[in-house]
Order: sequence, then structure tokens, then C-alpha cells
Amino acid sequence: MTKHLTVAVLAIGAITAVSTPGAAQTKITGAGSTFSTILYTDWMQTYNKAHADVQLNYQSIGSGGGIRQFSDKTVDFGASDAPMTDSAMAAIQGNVLHIPTEMGGVPPTYNIPGVTAQLKFSGPVLAGIFLGTITKWNDARIAADNPGVKLPDQDIVVVHRSDGSGTSFIFTDYLSKVSPDWASKVGKGTAVNWPVGLGAKGSEGVSATVQQTPGAVGYVELGYALANHLPVGAVKNKAGKFITASAATVTAAAAGAMKDMGPTTDFRVSITNADGPEAYPISSFTWMLVHKNYDDAAKAKAIVAYTWWALTAGQVRAEPLGYAPLPKAMRPWLEARLKTITAGGQAVWSGPAGR
Amino acid sequence: MVGGATPDRLSPAMPTTFPQTIASTTGESIAPISTLSAAPRPTRRYYGDRIYRWLLTCLAMTLPLLLVTIVAELLVSAWPSIHKFGFSFIWTSVWDPVGEVYGAAPMIFGTLVSSLLALVIAVPLSLGVAIFLTEFAPKWLRQPVAFLVELLAAIPSVVYGLWGIYVLIPLLRDYAAPPIRALLGWTPLFSGVFYGNSMLAGGIILAIMIVPYIAAISREVLLAVPATQREAALGLGATRWEAVWGAVLPYGRAGIIGAVMLGLGRALGETMAVTMVIGNRHDIALSLFQPGYTMAAAIANEFSEATSTMYISALFEVGLVLFVITIGVNAFARLLVWRVARGTAVGSKAL
Repeated sequence: MTKHLTVAVLAIGAITAVSTPGAAQTKITGAGSTFSTILYTDWMQTYNKAHADVQLNYQSIGSGGGIRQFSDKTVDFGASDAPMTDSAMAAIQGNVLHIPTEMGGVPPTYNIPGVTAQLKFSGPVLAGIFLGTITKWNDARIAADNPGVKLPDQDIVVVHRSDGSGTSFIFTDYLSKVSPDWASKVGKGTAVNWPVGLGAKGSEGVSATVQQTPGAVGYVELGYALANHLPVGAVKNKAGKFITASAATVTAAAAGAMKDMGPTTDFRVSITNADGPEAYPISSFTWMLVHKNYDDAAKAKAIVAYTWWALTAGQVRAEPLGYAPLPKAMRPWLEARLKTITAGGQAVWSGPAGR
Repeated sequence: MVGGATPDRLSPAMPTTFPQTIASTTGESIAPISTLSAAPRPTRRYYGDRIYRWLLTCLAMTLPLLLVTIVAELLVSAWPSIHKFGFSFIWTSVWDPVGEVYGAAPMIFGTLVSSLLALVIAVPLSLGVAIFLTEFAPKWLRQPVAFLVELLAAIPSVVYGLWGIYVLIPLLRDYAAPPIRALLGWTPLFSGVFYGNSMLAGGIILAIMIVPYIAAISREVLLAVPATQREAALGLGATRWEAVWGAVLPYGRAGIIGAVMLGLGRALGETMAVTMVIGNRHDIALSLFQPGYTMAAAIANEFSEATSTMYISALFEVGLVLFVITIGVNAFARLLVWRVARGTAVGSKAL
């Protein structure tokens, strides 16, 4: 009995010793935003197929958790739908770079019995609906944006997110910009003190509640609206055009905002209500948080190489999955930013050619 | 007490010190037990006994220790919020993560109201099921129905939530709410427009979830009531209903109250099903048609994305309040069962 046991234990030990790969594998871990999960996991799988020596892992625990774990250096990079606050950055001595990886749009979705045409919303009207000052669908202000559409005398049921989310952050950020009332009464955040409305958990909860409730209006992520063929409204942008959310119009928002950003931007910018004739106003970046200075040079090299791949070759994978790619014009700025990452004082990356 | 002298307060027949008294009564000399020669115990077994006892003690202590660590963790993490808001946390209605003002009043109200509503609906239902199964059901029906009722407990909470969103709420909105509104819309309890996600839907879902617990235990309690009780009542001329209500139920009231408290405990902590149908609104409203919030639902919804320390701390404090309320309800339940059990035989020993 003991003899068999010894043999078994030795055999297991031998197998594990032999099966450890000879080549050194770099393991990179990231955590954060649930919004970006689908794209990040797709990127990681694709990248790992081409580069077997780099093992990537991503945990979608929410932006808050991602920032916390990134700050504690439990993970190598974080992912967040909202940029880190100044105080959060000061807590880690500013050792963070915000790298935008893709973009998201947030269209309003609604369910009005008898209305099949696409509704148009202007900023102040949307804010009024979510503030509770506009309570009926046939309100004159909504009708003014929608000439020719027969709106019923139905109560508006507002549906918002009950869980904290980047989608709420983007939406409330937009509302704060177009409505001073909203900015003073509610403000922007991943979770806010909603004046009216029902809370639903997740985009799936919002869309289910909106579809089940006559007269409801809510907001969801663009990818979710496209995948589930939800009726979405067009929103008036800064240039005065009513734009429907799509990958192209969301990317146009970043292109329009680049004028205000400039190459030395730290990318912690909100691009809601951006300039540009085709820009969708409720758009935003989502960021990857990387350290300015890493302790491990090999790991830093691998992270930068992966990030650059994601920002260039990986961008084509964004649209089929429901995200919007970054404008190509941003690449030189991102390249310059990635070159500033150091490990032990030494820059780890000299550009795309020198990987 | 040596020798045959027994003290006045004891009856002479009762030996006080064994075996001296026996020696004095029988006249024989018997050595005390401790000097009775027995085979010497093997040393290994003696230590094994000690180790066994020590191991069991450790295992038994882990559970109270776990409780203590949970409370400690809750207190430590909630401390920043307790320090900032003090007792006003319990009666403030504002929950503003942007302005960093937190108050748990709507959540406490919602938890208590939804659980109470669930009890109001579930207790008559479960008692009815239990009484039916023990008194009136034909023998061939008892097992299948009992099995089906207990199967309700096996359904995951999320599935209840989905059923609530896609079946219960449309049903309530289209068929239940209009007549209720027409009849009782003037009362503060049923005023306002019914949108679907509401305290009423939350209470109904919770009721369905706790019925199997109360029904199963009540059934066991009623089965344990001796047949003589029922027969005595029937023999005195009571109707079936009077026999049950007057003789059987009071006999088992301790166990039934225990079952109800178990169901209440389940209802207080239920998270997923409630958050999908209750409307998730930080508001105190008297009307059951209005949306509400519960503490467990709020924590489940907001914890993963909470970024600032005060926000997380406030959520921990909500957890602490929920913990305290649950402990309080359980303690009250124990007390109630103990008081009610005095005078009945069923369940009083076990409780």
C-alpha cells in the first residue's frame, strides 16, 4: 500500500516537472470594466494564438474593482469606463497612464405603443425626461423634435441602471453637459441619485424592463442595442444634426474631440457632446490603465507590445463585436505615449519596428 | 457525607454518597468505584480520546469564530461610514454617490415591508397547504403534492427573478392591478400608477419563495400532533375545521411559529429575485404599487462598481444593518417560540 502510494506520488511529481514549459512564459493579468469584457477576451485569445509565450488573463469585476486592484498592483493593468479621479491618481503617486482602447456609444431605447418611427431627442429634452420634468410622451417639447410623429398621451416611465456602470457614467456625463439643471441636481457618475425612474440590473435588465413596460425609455450600450435589435432614438449633436448611434458615428465623436485634446493630452477626457457634423453625442472612450513605471522589464515589454497590437491590429475586431474603433489619427499620439513607459528607469519600447 | 447519617432534606431512601451508603444499608463492604480493579487501559486509546475530543471542540468552535470574524470585518470596513454619518444613516433617505451622502432608510423600509408582505401572503398559503396535506388530502395525493411544494425550494433565485420579469409583472399589470386600483385605489396602500416593477411584485415573489419552507416544516409539525387531539375534538362534536383550528393547530403552534420565522429569515436575505422585480428605487413610498429597494439588492447591485472609500464603506454599513436586523429577528423568533412553547409538547424540547 505505502509502496504504491510512493510510486504514485513520484509519478505525479515527474509528470508535473516535465510538463512545465521550458521557455519562460510571461503572464499578464488585467481586471476591470465589464463593458469591455467581450472585446478584451477576444483580443487576448487572438493575441495568444500568435504569441504563445505571452499568457493573458482578464477578470471583469467592474471598473471600481479594476482601479482598486490596479492601484494595489495585484494586476498588471486595469480597465475602466471612467477615468481615475485626481485623488485616486495621487494615492499611487501618479504612476498611471490612461490609454483609450476602444469607444462605446449609449443610445436611448424606448417602447411606445403605436409609435414605430424612430424618435429624435435633443439634449435638454432627454435631460427633462430623466429629471422628471417631462412626464408625458405627447409633451410639446418632444413633439417639437418629432414633427409628423403621432405621440400618444402616455406616461413616460424612465428606466435607468440600478448597478453602477460605465454606461451610466457616459449617459450622465452627457446630460450634465447639455443641462445645467442636471449638472447641479444630479451630476455625473457610475452611480447617481436618479430623480425618477425604475432601476434595472445590467443592460439586459434595462432592455427587458423597457420592452415589457409600455411608455418606457432607457439607455443601453450600443453593442447591446445592435445585437438585440432594440428600437433606438436619434440624439441631437452639438452641430445640430440628429445622429443615430453606430460604430462610425461614435468614432467620429473622438475624431471631432481630438481638436480640443491635442497630442499632449492625458486622454482623461470626456468626449460626450463632441464637435463634428457626424459625431454621436453620447460617446466615450474606455481606458486601459497601465503604470508609467513598472518593476519588471520583461513584463512591461510584453504589456506594451500587447497594447500596441490592440490599438492597431486589434481595432478591426471591435466593430463586429459592437464596439467602435479609435480614430486612426490618434495612433501617433498613442505611440508616443506608450514610448514613455519605463521599467527601472529605462524605456521598454522604442516603437512598432523595434518590438 | 460519611456513614449512614442522611440529612433531613433528603429522603432516607436516596443514597447521597455512593457506595458508602450502600455499604451501610446492605451491611457488606464494597470498595469505592475508583479502586475497583479493571483491566489497565491501553495508553494509545487514552491519548486518542483526548485528541478526538480536542478536534471536535475545534471544529465546533470554528462556526462561532466565523460569525465573530464576519462581524469584525463588517464593523472595520463600515467604520468610515459609521463615523461620518452616525445614526442618521438609519433615517436619511438620500443615497447620492456623487455628493457622497448616504442614507439607508429606504432600503431598511423596503426590506421590512417586502418581507412582511411576503409573510402576509405566504403564511395562510403554507398553512393551508400543510393542513390540506395532513387532514384533508386523499392518501394518494399527499406525497406528490408535498414533493411539488418542496421542489419550489429547489428553483434558483435568478430563475424566480426571470419568471417575475417575464410572467408575473405583465400578469399583474394587465389583470391584477386594474381591478385592485378600481376597488382600492383610494387607499394609500394601492395608490398611484402601476408600472410593473414594484413592492407588490417583490412581496409576491418572496412569498412564493418562502412557501415551501413554511409548508414543509408546518406539515412535519402537524404530522407530529398526536391523533388523540384530533379525535378528542371530533368526539366532542367539533366540525373538521373546528378540530383543526381548535385542537391541532394550537398544539403545534410553537413549531409553526418557528417555521414562519425561518421563512422570514429567508425573505430578509433574498437578493437576486427581489432586485429583478422590485424597481430598485431609493425611495420610501406607502403604496405597494411604487418601486422600492432592499438592503441585499442594493449591495448586490452597487458593490462591484463602487469606487470611492466612503461608497464602499456605506455599502458595508448597509450589510451591517442587515446583519443586525437578521440577528434581531432570529433572537425575537427564539424568544417567541420559547414563550409559545410553554404549555405545548410538540417541538418545545427541540426548541
